[in-house]
Parts: sequence; C-alpha cells; structure tokens
Amino acid sequence: MKSFINHTGLVVGINRSNIDTDMIIPKQFLKSIKRTGFGANLFDELRYRDEGKPGEPCDDRPLVTDFPLNQPRYKGATILLAQENFGCGSSREHAPWALDDFGFRAILAPSFADIFYINCIKNGILPIVFNKKIINNFFSEVHKKEGYELTIDLDNQSVLTPSNAFKFSIDQFSKRCLLDGLDEIDLTLKEIDTIKAYENKHMKKVPWVFGAIK
Amino acid sequence: MIKNIQKTLYDKLWEVHLVKQRTDGSSLIYIDRHILHEVTSPQAFEGLRIANRKPWRLDMNIATPDHNISTDTKEREAGVDAIPDEVSRIQVKTLDYNCDYFGIREFRMNEMGQGIVHVMGPELGASLPGMTVVCGDSHTATHGAFGCLAHGIGTSEVEHVLATQCLVTKKMKNMRVTVTGKLGLGVTPKDVVLAIIGKIGTAGGTGYAIEFAGQVFLDMSIEGRMTVCNMAIEAGARIGMVAVDTKTIDYFKGRKFSPTGDTWDIAANYWSTLKSDENACFDSEVELSGQDILPQVTWGTSPEMVLPVNGFIPTPEDEPDPQKRQSIKQALSYMGLKGGMPITEIPVDFVFIGSCTNSRIEDMRAAALIAKGNKVANTVKQVLVVPGSQMVKAQAESEGLDKIFKDAGMDWREPGCSMCLAMNADKLGSGQHCASTSNRNFEGRQGTGGRTHLLSPSMAAAAAIAGHIIDVRKYGVQP
Repeated sequence: MKSFINHTGLVVGINRSNIDTDMIIPKQFLKSIKRTGFGANLFDELRYRDEGKPGEPCDDRPLVTDFPLNQPRYKGATILLAQENFGCGSSREHAPWALDDFGFRAILAPSFADIFYINCIKNGILPIVFNKKIINNFFSEVHKKEGYELTIDLDNQSVLTPSNAFKFSIDQFSKRCLLDGLDEIDLTLKEIDTIKAYENKHMKKVPWVFGAIK
Repeated sequence: MIKNIQKTLYDKLWEVHLVKQRTDGSSLIYIDRHILHEVTSPQAFEGLRIANRKPWRLDMNIATPDHNISTDTKEREAGVDAIPDEVSRIQVKTLDYNCDYFGIREFRMNEMGQGIVHVMGPELGASLPGMTVVCGDSHTATHGAFGCLAHGIGTSEVEHVLATQCLVTKKMKNMRVTVTGKLGLGVTPKDVVLAIIGKIGTAGGTGYAIEFAGQVFLDMSIEGRMTVCNMAIEAGARIGMVAVDTKTIDYFKGRKFSPTGDTWDIAANYWSTLKSDENACFDSEVELSGQDILPQVTWGTSPEMVLPVNGFIPTPEDEPDPQKRQSIKQALSYMGLKGGMPITEIPVDFVFIGSCTNSRIEDMRAAALIAKGNKVANTVKQVLVVPGSQMVKAQAESEGLDKIFKDAGMDWREPGCSMCLAMNADKLGSGQHCASTSNRNFEGRQGTGGRTHLLSPSMAAAAAIAGHIIDVRKYGVQP
C-alpha cells in the first residue's frame, strides 16, 4: 500500500452531494484489467462534452470548460473537496484508482459511502470527514482565493490552514496502514495460526460450508 | 448493571465469524463464500501472482462472468473467442484463465449455472443461510435475504480474501426497518425497498447493517426478500438482511451445493436459530406501514428521488434546503423534466426488465402477466427482458414466458447484467427515458445521457405497453 504521511496541495471543489462511482469513473472504462490509466477518464461525463471510449486518447476531446477540474486555476490540484455521500454506488475500486491516477491524495467531505471509504484507504488516498460547516467554509475559501492550499498531517490527524488546525478522526488500523504503507495481506498472514485454529473450529460447527464447491 | 445479552441477527453472525478482535479496533472475520466475476477480479488475481501467493482454500470461491457479456443470443452462441469488443473479450477470457490457473470453480459464459452473481449464487445453493458472503460488487447484500452476513468489497479486499479467507473490517451499527401490515394489490418488493429508500435517503443506512422485519417480510417470498436486500446499498447500507424462517429453509432444499442427508438436518436446525432475539437492541429503528406503500417510480438521478405512481415531480422552489434545491434542479435538467408534472406523463423510449434486483423467475412471471396478450407501444424503441441466470431462463422458457414476451414485441435475451450498468452493447442513447427494474438511476448509468426510471417488473411491463409511466393497478391484475 502507498503510504500517506503529510501532504500539502492545491484544493479543488466539486459542490455536489451524492457524487457516485459511475460519475467518478463511467462503466465503459471498467473493462480494463489493469489498475492504472484511469486518470484521463476521471469524471469523464462531467469533464468532456463527448462520450469517452476506453483506450482512446483524451487530449483533443471537447471540454466542459466550467467543470472545476478543467479550470486552469485548479490545474495540479491534489486535494478534492466535495459534499455528502461522496462515492456512493458501486464497489468498483476503479473509482479510487482513477482519483489516484489523476493525482488526488485526499478527499474532504461531510460523509462518504462505506465501501468507497475503505477502497480509498487501500489505495493510499485519505478520505477526511468534516462537518458541513467546515466543508462549506473550505468551499468559500477555495472560491475566494486562487491557489488555495491545505496541509494534511495524518499523524496528528489535522488539516492545517495558515490560521487554523482542524482535527479529524480516523480508525487506528487505517491510520497505521497509511502511515507505514503496510501490505495488509502480509499483516493478516502473520496471524496464520489464529486463522487455522478458527477454521478448524468453524469446520466442526458448520461442516456443510466446506468442500461442497468443487 | 446487568449486561444485555440479547443479540441481533447481525451480532450473531458477526460473533460466529470473528477470527480475532485486534487491539486497534479492527477485526478479522472469516469468509465462507467469495463470488468472483470478470470486472473486479483481474487485478486481484494479478496481485496474487505478483506476490507469488495462492488462494487460501479453493472450495470457498465460485466465479461466473456476468457484467460485461453480451445478452444477444447469436453473439453468445458464437462463444467467448468471438466477443466483438476486444477489451470485453480480454476481460472475460482473463476470468476463465485465472479460474483455470488457480483452480477456482467457474460457471462459464454459456454453461448451465451461469448468471448474475447474486442470482446464481443462491440458486445453486453456493450461498447458504448463516454464511459470510462477499463479492466485488456492492449488491452482495442480496444474500442477506436468507440470513447471510453479505456485503460488497473492493478489488484489494478480493485479493485479501483470496489470500487469507479473511477480511479486515469493523463492526457496523444495527438498524431495523420494520414494514407492518399487508401490501396492497399491485405493490411488490421493489416498491417496498424504493419506499424505504425514499424515506431514509441514500445515505440513511451508511454505517449500518439493516435488518428488514415485520409482517410484510414474513409474507414475502425469498426472491422478494432478495430484491429488497439487494438495494440496501442504495439506502447507504452495505448489509441488508432478513431472518431465517421455514420459507428460507425450504428454498434451499435440493439445490446443487446444498447439504444433504443428516448434514441437511443439522444445517436446517442451525439455520432456524438465525434471527434477532426478541429484545435485541437496534441503534436505529425505522417503521413503515405496508398499506401506505403504492407502486413507486424514480423521477431523478438518485434512488431517493422517488415518488408513488400518483405523485407529482417536485419543484425546486418548494424545497427550503439550498443544497437539496440545487440537487433537484440538476436532476430535473438532466432528466429533461418539469417540476409539477404527474410522474405518469413521463414517456418511455426503452424498457429494461432484468438485473440482480429483478431478474428472478417470479419477476419474469410478474412481467409476463402484464405483457400477456398485449403489444409494446409503437413509440417504445426496445424492450429488453433479460433473465438473471441460465436456470431462470430455462425455467421461464419451460413456462412459455419467453413466448409471451416475444408475442408482445419484447426481446428475450441471454443472462447477464446487461442494461443495468450498460457495460455491454445494451445501453441508452442520450436523452432517452428508460423504465428499468434495475437499482441505480445515476447520471449516465444506462448509457451516456440516458434517463433511468426505477420501478417494479410489472410496472415496467405496463410502461412498455402504455408507452409511458402508468399505474400497473389499472391493469386490474395482481402481479
């Protein structure tokens, strides 16, 4: 897993609630068997005026010029600001892969869909929950000040502005995985004896679960 | 203080599958069934190979292609090597290759048993009551309909489950949604779940495992319970479940991978304990009255934008919350609708009857009942009827349902996810309205610029015949 320790970056906002995984990466791009290359098609239907096709270059496609990601002032943004229920819908990990490939390292929103939240952590993207008031305040700052940046300090669980520090919460397991960039499978396989002991006990309790599918 | 030992169904399934509670708050739970399909598995298999790992056990995994494959009979008969779209062909072949390579049981594209993961799993008895079931698909909650702890996972977790048979997760909170009384004529499980989503919203269940309870669920078939649990994710909940009863146990008797003989008796005995204790405590409770639920139709771009069939499309000016007002405006503009119009005035260009929500045999029967002896309106461009699995298809054909659909001017297709997510050739054109039995009406979900209206199979069939959204109860039959 890619680690996340500290990050300072340009902020861009998409002021919508319920941004779903189909919006983040439309279905036609899910045919890829790779984890990379989705960035050019991130928010494809919101970003381009024509219909995107997998494997085709995006450089000459007509842009929706007022979509935030297309505005020159937000070029190079690495922190995404959004509204409630960000990432709702499908479990496709292609959504965080696309955000990562585009260059986003963190997303700030009042709430996230459960599966999407987990998928972000697994890809070294930090989803941060703040209440609506703080999020709306960030939105107005981003709007007012060109080049608005935030600094994220995961160890101290803080988002820093020049004048303020906003504390956020994160579960300790995810925090450790992100800070250390741990391979979760390695971590679980360290408990191989515990799993095997459980499995033997489980096999006695529910024997029909085992061996049926051949 | 006396400790409350009353447990919910979710608490019980969690405890049975808890391998280890870690000190950092995360838990390791054991996974009994892992269902794989072509879209979310290739990167996980590749990860295993790169790290030189093997699946922990093979007998917990089952695979089938469903998301991406054609539903056109001629294309299907031509086989995997003839899939016209190269990217799709590679993805389906990659699943076949990975299953061969690692030794995972796969039901291939044209094999009996193939189908949409959440239709074929229960149908084969591959997922059984009391199991933990995961799949790289958010509609995995479907399997909760028969007392499973089931939810969708991402591809990193697919790899983790393959390698360790465990999932690192956190316990959810408990929510109970009780629907009391009886449903009216023409009101189906799909209407029940859409009404629930309309009430609690698309994020109402975030962080919760939902148990659906009450007389309406006791009266509901297992297929109907699957329809409801399937859409728990559309209410924000990864997990939806219904307690086991005699209907559940009867449903699994004699299925391909179900236990037999003495083991069956032991299993059935255990399954019958899978219900919440009488005084179990839920963190959140929601109640609806079955009598109040009318046939439902979505008008907007989120499943919570739903109305009873006698409803009127909302007007942004009437919404006091500015964020919601903006959402309504955006949705009306995308959907090409005006606030204040009756929902029954929405014309329909396409109809899709299928998806993991509504492609089981009773869905096919409900749609056929309305289609029988009628013709699709000439303003409707296409009606796709896509059975959820090879077994549903065979059963429907043995009952002559395919003939009813064809006689009405509908297309009878091969099993797959089809126009629910439009990964294959089945998709809407920009601006086209579709009456759809699927689960998501997101922007572009059924094709770029396409406009989806979610409803029940009988409502979809009625819309096909009328050429616009219509109250199925006007047809005077109980679907």
